[in-house]
Amino acid sequence: MPRSATRREGSPFTGIGPVYMKELADNLSSIRMLVLTLFIIVFGAFPVASSLQQLRTVVSSDAFLFLRIFTIEPEQVPIPFVQALNFIIPLMAIGLGFDLVNSEFNRRTLSRVLSQPLYRDALLLGKFLAGLTTLAVAMVALWLIVFGAGLLLLGLPPRGVEVARGIGFLVVAVAYGGVWLAIAMLFSVIFRSTATSALCALGLWLLFFILWPMIAQAITMAFVPAEITSLDQFVGLQQLGLALQRVSPGTLFTEAVLGLLNPETRTLGPMLPTQMRGAIMGAPLALDQSLLLIWPQVTGLIAGMIVVFSASYVIFQREEVRA
Amino acid sequence: MSDNVIEAHGLTKAYGAARAVNAIDLTVRRGEIFGLLGPNGAGKTTTILMLLGLTETSSGTVSVLGFDPVRQPLEVKRRVGYLPDAVGFYDHLTARENLTYTARLLDIPRRETDGRIMEALQSVELADVVDKRVATFSRGMRQRLGIAEIVMKKAEVAILDEPTSGLDPHATFELLEMIRRLKKSGVAVLLSSHLLDRVQSVCDRVALFNRGKIALMGTVVELANQVLGAGHPLLVEATGTDVAATLRGIPGVQQVVASGDGAWRVIADRDVRAEAAQRIITSGGALTRLADLQPSLEEVYTRYFQEARHAA
Repeated sequence: MPRSATRREGSPFTGIGPVYMKELADNLSSIRMLVLTLFIIVFGAFPVASSLQQLRTVVSSDAFLFLRIFTIEPEQVPIPFVQALNFIIPLMAIGLGFDLVNSEFNRRTLSRVLSQPLYRDALLLGKFLAGLTTLAVAMVALWLIVFGAGLLLLGLPPRGVEVARGIGFLVVAVAYGGVWLAIAMLFSVIFRSTATSALCALGLWLLFFILWPMIAQAITMAFVPAEITSLDQFVGLQQLGLALQRVSPGTLFTEAVLGLLNPETRTLGPMLPTQMRGAIMGAPLALDQSLLLIWPQVTGLIAGMIVVFSASYVIFQREEVRA
Repeated sequence: MSDNVIEAHGLTKAYGAARAVNAIDLTVRRGEIFGLLGPNGAGKTTTILMLLGLTETSSGTVSVLGFDPVRQPLEVKRRVGYLPDAVGFYDHLTARENLTYTARLLDIPRRETDGRIMEALQSVELADVVDKRVATFSRGMRQRLGIAEIVMKKAEVAILDEPTSGLDPHATFELLEMIRRLKKSGVAVLLSSHLLDRVQSVCDRVALFNRGKIALMGTVVELANQVLGAGHPLLVEATGTDVAATLRGIPGVQQVVASGDGAWRVIADRDVRAEAAQRIITSGGALTRLADLQPSLEEVYTRYFQEARHAA
């Protein structure tokens, strides 16, 4: 049909500003946001408080003492702060995103809003960016609280490189939240019922957290030959296992954060003897080297966010607006 | 520029093999109220969505105020106000906040926003609840808020989808009054409905939808002539004689149908009221009522669909 060749006129970003501002105001003033913030504080404060307590007793000099707040595994609480975040960030993103689009259907506001001069693109993108900003605000607040608590309780200022690594961590955390926000939004476009969309997003989250490591392992096991004859074969298997694990955004987040906050991390895959040559064990990498190390993970997270967002965009464009 | 604000030719919407709207031609003139009538599922809402560019057309051409809703939806939507069936507003926001959001989307200058919102709310008599949350509004108030949005927009064309459905008679009356006011201010109004007597009282022209096609289009009188046939319908109530036979005896009477106890509907090719009265009285009957029947849209509608069903 020639119709598909006709181009629409006007910028797809017309009206994105008002949508963004309204959604941001809605997000920040909603009771849901309050609940999510409380949730994050409770889940985050516990590991941070325990690790701070433990770090105060450390006497040996540590060049990256500040970063240990995030990564140390405290004795009382079995999870470090970053692991807690790995768990909480998706929950918060899902909480913000599961009803972004279908609630407009259910409130019957969608057709009225779309009859104003804006494209669907602007509505979807404005909503997504507002959700991402909300996540970023919450992350920055949490980050500042942790750094502030560290300053107060450790009585020692972070070094510049530690702050830089901390900021890198913040970017990774927001990108990770963005992936889950995009997933939640995809479900909110697919399902008209908000309950179904929340359930599906949470189900996927549980799948990645609980089942996926086991499934990945099972698949890898299936490829194990009767006898491993060469090192290459062994490495190949290891890499297959890792590649499967990395389908889960949580793995990418953990690896990226590990590379940033544990400067001693030299590789995120199997360590080969060739890589060990000339290395001083336990010596930290320079910041740019750590960034190079985690670059694929960060790229993967951002790409995942864009891919899932595009999927919801395509589906939303085809949806009928009538309720 | 022509006097038509909406022109559609061969407008079609196909879902697979089914055609929700099948090659309709439609024109709406500046400053008139045009009614789209028809049973549910006849294609009214789909037509409206295509006019607004909210759903793609399968084939045919549309022009709204000289713009093509497929290619220039922003231009169309800037000038056309739309009140969807059972319009929704953000419940947690006040009437003012809801309209402010729309004003931002329309890019109305901030200095003018408040003035235009108050003016619009006054015109629909909602000025006293401007800072109440919409969650507390009744259905009628929401519909009126939807009209206020169109007024604030200063739209040249207002498209209203089932504006009176679910409203009580008083609220319906008020809403129709507001639609008339819209017309007075020069806005062309296209409304869809199945409340026929109400529609009849406001519409200048109507189009009758049936299975995705426009079956009939024109003024109510034109439609009546087409469907009911040209003629003068009469209602006669009388007792004391064989009324039906007496009436049939009058030259020019085409049809006499009993309609209830002691009442008959008469269709004649001319005004036979005087003769009918005279004959009944001279034959010893007591005439209790003799009325000239205006053709009602409801009658047209019922008759048309009866015939359509018989034909099918």
